[in-house]
Amino acid sequence: MNKRLFALLSLLVVASMALAACGAPAATEAPAEAPAATEAPAMTEAPASSGGESMGTIKIATQSPLSGGQSLLGVAIKNGAELALEQLGGDLRGMGYDVQLAPYDDQATPDVGVANAKNIVADPDILCGVGHLNSGVMIPSSEEYHTANLAFVSPANTNPVVTTRGYAEVNRVVGRDDVQAPAAESFAFNTLGAKSVYIIHDKTAYGQGVAEFFRGAAEADGLTVVAFEGTEETANFDAIVTPLVAAQPDVVFFAGIYNQAGVFFKQARDAGFEGTFMGTDGMDASDLADIAGDALTTGGGMYYTTVAGPASAYPAAAQFASDFEAKFGAPPEPFAAQAYDSMHVCLLAIQAAAEAAGGMPTRQQVAEAVRQVTLDGLTGSIAFDDIGDLPTAQYFILKVNAATKDDWGKNEIVDILEVASPGMGE
Amino acid sequence: MKKFFSDLYKKANTGIWPIVIALAFMVVGAVSVYQSPRSLTAFLILMATPMILYFMKMDMKVKVFIGLMLIIVILPVLGIRNIFYLEVIFQMAVFAALALGLNIVIGMAGLLDLGYVAFYAVGAYTWAIFGSKQLSLLHSIPGAAPADAPFALAPQWFWLFLFLGVGLAAMMGILLGLPVLRLRGDYLAIVTLGFGEVIRVLALNLDKPINLTNGPQGITPIQRPPLPPEGILQFLRTILTPIVGHPPTDAEFYNVMFYFIALIIIGIVILVATRLEDSRIGRAWTAIREDETAAIAMGVPLVKMKLAAFAAGASFAGAMGALYAANRTFVSPETFSFQVSIGVLTMVILGGLGSIPGVIFGASAVVLLNIQILQNFSLYLSDLRQSDKIIPIINFAWKDLSNQLDPAKYQKLVFGLILILMMIFRPSGLIPAERRQRELGEDKIEEE
Amino acid sequence: MKQIAENPVYKFFLFPIGQIIVFSLGASLVLSLITVLLAYIFKFNVTDFDLVERTLLILPQVVINGLTIGFVYSTIALGYTMVYGVLEFINFSHSEIFMVGGIVGIQLMAYFEHIGVLSTMNEYLVIGLAIILAMAISGGLAVTVERVAYKPLRGAPRLVPLISAIGMSFFLQDFVRLILSLTTGEFNVILPKFGTFDEFWVIAIPAMANPLRIQIKSAIMVGVTIFMLVLLNFLVNGTKVGKAIRAVAQDRSSASLMGINVNQIISITFLIGGALGGAAGVLFALKATKLDPFSGFFPGLKAFTAAVLGGIGNLTGALLGGLVLGLLEAFSASYLGIFTNGAFGAEYKDIFAFAILIAVLIFRPSGLLGETVGQKA
Repeated sequence: MNKRLFALLSLLVVASMALAACGAPAATEAPAEAPAATEAPAMTEAPASSGGESMGTIKIATQSPLSGGQSLLGVAIKNGAELALEQLGGDLRGMGYDVQLAPYDDQATPDVGVANAKNIVADPDILCGVGHLNSGVMIPSSEEYHTANLAFVSPANTNPVVTTRGYAEVNRVVGRDDVQAPAAESFAFNTLGAKSVYIIHDKTAYGQGVAEFFRGAAEADGLTVVAFEGTEETANFDAIVTPLVAAQPDVVFFAGIYNQAGVFFKQARDAGFEGTFMGTDGMDASDLADIAGDALTTGGGMYYTTVAGPASAYPAAAQFASDFEAKFGAPPEPFAAQAYDSMHVCLLAIQAAAEAAGGMPTRQQVAEAVRQVTLDGLTGSIAFDDIGDLPTAQYFILKVNAATKDDWGKNEIVDILEVASPGMGE
Repeated sequence: MKKFFSDLYKKANTGIWPIVIALAFMVVGAVSVYQSPRSLTAFLILMATPMILYFMKMDMKVKVFIGLMLIIVILPVLGIRNIFYLEVIFQMAVFAALALGLNIVIGMAGLLDLGYVAFYAVGAYTWAIFGSKQLSLLHSIPGAAPADAPFALAPQWFWLFLFLGVGLAAMMGILLGLPVLRLRGDYLAIVTLGFGEVIRVLALNLDKPINLTNGPQGITPIQRPPLPPEGILQFLRTILTPIVGHPPTDAEFYNVMFYFIALIIIGIVILVATRLEDSRIGRAWTAIREDETAAIAMGVPLVKMKLAAFAAGASFAGAMGALYAANRTFVSPETFSFQVSIGVLTMVILGGLGSIPGVIFGASAVVLLNIQILQNFSLYLSDLRQSDKIIPIINFAWKDLSNQLDPAKYQKLVFGLILILMMIFRPSGLIPAERRQRELGEDKIEEE
Repeated sequence: MKQIAENPVYKFFLFPIGQIIVFSLGASLVLSLITVLLAYIFKFNVTDFDLVERTLLILPQVVINGLTIGFVYSTIALGYTMVYGVLEFINFSHSEIFMVGGIVGIQLMAYFEHIGVLSTMNEYLVIGLAIILAMAISGGLAVTVERVAYKPLRGAPRLVPLISAIGMSFFLQDFVRLILSLTTGEFNVILPKFGTFDEFWVIAIPAMANPLRIQIKSAIMVGVTIFMLVLLNFLVNGTKVGKAIRAVAQDRSSASLMGINVNQIISITFLIGGALGGAAGVLFALKATKLDPFSGFFPGLKAFTAAVLGGIGNLTGALLGGLVLGLLEAFSASYLGIFTNGAFGAEYKDIFAFAILIAVLIFRPSGLLGETVGQKA
């Protein structure tokens, strides 16, 4: 043990203490946390029904990507939930509960999502959650929620597996890919009259899932599938585009996210593809028009399906949109209204469970209450079937009329479908 | 100033004081974590205990006793009280084992392996494929699998697959090593990097023609090995309920069990590594690391020895992979990115190439930084952003702080900085190996 | 004969261009023949259409695609290979220097758009300015990186600067992201729309159903890279600085004894390599139309593979390696799916590069052209 080492060590200790001091306010930021933990140890929610002023703290978590490439939609989820908590949390506050939001950043990565999920589950004050954006994150994270009986309401996850595992804690307020993709296929086949289709996906859980359902539907209809490709390429699609143009399919279906698809659409159109582009809700971002430009409006144009319609599709959401803009300084992005509704579900369920229990409800009581909730939300009427799906969900098909970012609002709704949930599947 | 501290330290480092200090840190840390389970400060105080144990002079037996006390009793109990800490210590253990494995390859034999995560992936997918329903879904379309497919094997098979993961990863190490180990160090680095990518891309794409890995969807659920018999659990429940304040659930027992398995594997790695270091093989590795030409001249079988290092390192990654798959009950290709390889490398470099305590310290520090310190700092900033506070002198409102300034998101920046700074200022690591210290600290190797 | 070889026009202009043409045609021809041969072999596998016919139908286009990206790889590979020649060290952060060049180029164009002059300016002038700015900034960045992260480590064991370079690569990725998100709040950098270079020259080929389509963009990419390569060739083989660089690469200590300022030469090498990377970045950005801070990593890795493929440390080798790798990638991505009837597809093209790298290192560790040029062991 030499002196230099010791100097280093002491420096490290000091540094870690400094860091700790820095981090400490965060750890103890939420008031009444430490006392709550000492008095009512984890998960045994002692019903403190002595009729005092404060009934304790209830937190509702959100988990979505708050930074990075997909933060636009992830922050929309958090903000939608935050607004709902502010506007609709009054009833619970009136009952004497301190209701708080606990936002978590899953970075659109399964590993971070699971680690956060363990953090959420470990906080006994959290009784319900809203999230995630990515099905690939929701599926592993919800294993944690399931073990801890913590109810989660998803505003955006469309992968069927999210609910078909039959977990009592997992719910969603949007439709499913195994309806969305066939709806897109049927639109291509029946409305556009396509004879052949080229399917490409982005090699993520989301993209590949949608693409497979589309292919299944296409094969059932006798639509020729020219090729079924997956690619992680983001810049140079020449090698994929060349055989595509040679085959000249009527429709190219891209299952993925706009920032990759935009480049692909542009290069395919440039290379001489004249048919129609199609995509799913991953395309619903104004940046797509900025990247792809008039590739979207020339030739056969571009259509996309989505489970989260544009603002005009939800008359009930007009007030929400103006409130949202007033609070956050920007109009709501897709899934903000769904997050608002998800938070509403959480609040109603906690309230019902608290009334039934006559005090602080357990997580299990809240999870059971979520399934009983019915409400007329911003995005339509919401209720859950026995696996946590909406009994019937809305699916929108939109035509892109925008070649620049500012025109994105001009996209028109071509069709709205109301389809019953397929349940657990075959 | 420096003298004052050094005198103070000397005084504190004599007689019974070290034991008192170590115990004080441990008790204060444990009590404060117990009292406020979500405080980072408390946890850091507790985690300072092993450092004190390592650096201060005291009887070896006392050291071992206090250390074991902390690792085997206090940490798991605190973990059950707040399950998040179980996650933290489990990740620490997993990455410590990975870093120790990589340390054999880089630190002992001097071979830079940038695709270490590949062996981790091999282990993980070995148990994932056999321990899930995947085998009965080989011909189904990913994502559209029927939910009622049977599991291929009973969960007990996990124990066998832990060893199979070891064997398979070691075999992969040899297969990769045979052609590339003739290459010089920097070529080797790139080839292993490429190999890491190849394994990830294979995991991503082997959902057709046969659906082996389920592609980007990942494999879930994966079975966990069974818990100890109900009798033991009942006994533990009786003891633990009053201490942690609630009857421990099965999920918590699982996490504790995984933590202990990881500990056992770490123990084996340390044992193997220390034994190897002083053996004929270890000396051969040192010779290769110091001067390949001289080593050959002395009759060291170069390729064979390099292969041994590669296989030994790979095998530990394989074991941790299988453990990880069982703990998460989910694997997907995203987990095995290049960033993980670099993360493990950062741990080894930070702690000290070739130094076992250093590497363990490096792994713990990076994991803590990653999932606790940066996260908390981010949450803290986000709280400030939502508040009305301003920075006094420059009159900057926290509200205006960009949303993107989120420390938890800039792990790569942190890793990169650690690597550069360590290489420039302290290439032998924070807790250097004795031999390395001499080698990297003073004599620079002459270039031809 | 000897006189011709010594003639500067021939030596610095005709010979390198001839070399480039021979390499491109040769590599294209060899790979095309192999592909057609494979098409005959796999014919039984595909029943929907005639495989050979389909192969020939897109073959010219695939070759053009491969050459276009191949030239970009070559230009990046030169940066790796020059530094390796002089320092014997893999400059891992070169891929980020390339990415910075691309982003700087796009930002300059976005700035022109912002002040409203983009549509009125000559489009080639815009590209030229973007390339010059990118070269300056990337070159400067490369020199700075060398000074900060590599120079203090000169003389340390081999792995030490390499690890520092990996750290630098990671650091730069996130640092650029930090700057981008703090200044623009955006993650993606999108090329503004201007000019006519999205258009195509359509060339009908006799006896072929599909006309050949060459995008003006691709022509610009190829033209600029060839110009750069010729210039570099002149710089290295025809100037005093070039002579000094070669001397340092041969034997650093002797060069130093002969009065060459080794540190300065190393800085110049990084400057040239970085500038080439920056130019390649802008060209790549024209093609990709969208970059983000992580866009550089994979092209950089492939360019490194190209450098090893050609024989690292050897400038001509980097050129050949880049072309071969670009072509191989284009061929594998376009044909794998067709040949195997969809069982494998374009998704394997990335690991194709690494498989080739491993194969080359096993069978010919000095690379395709490694032996022809003297270099340190």
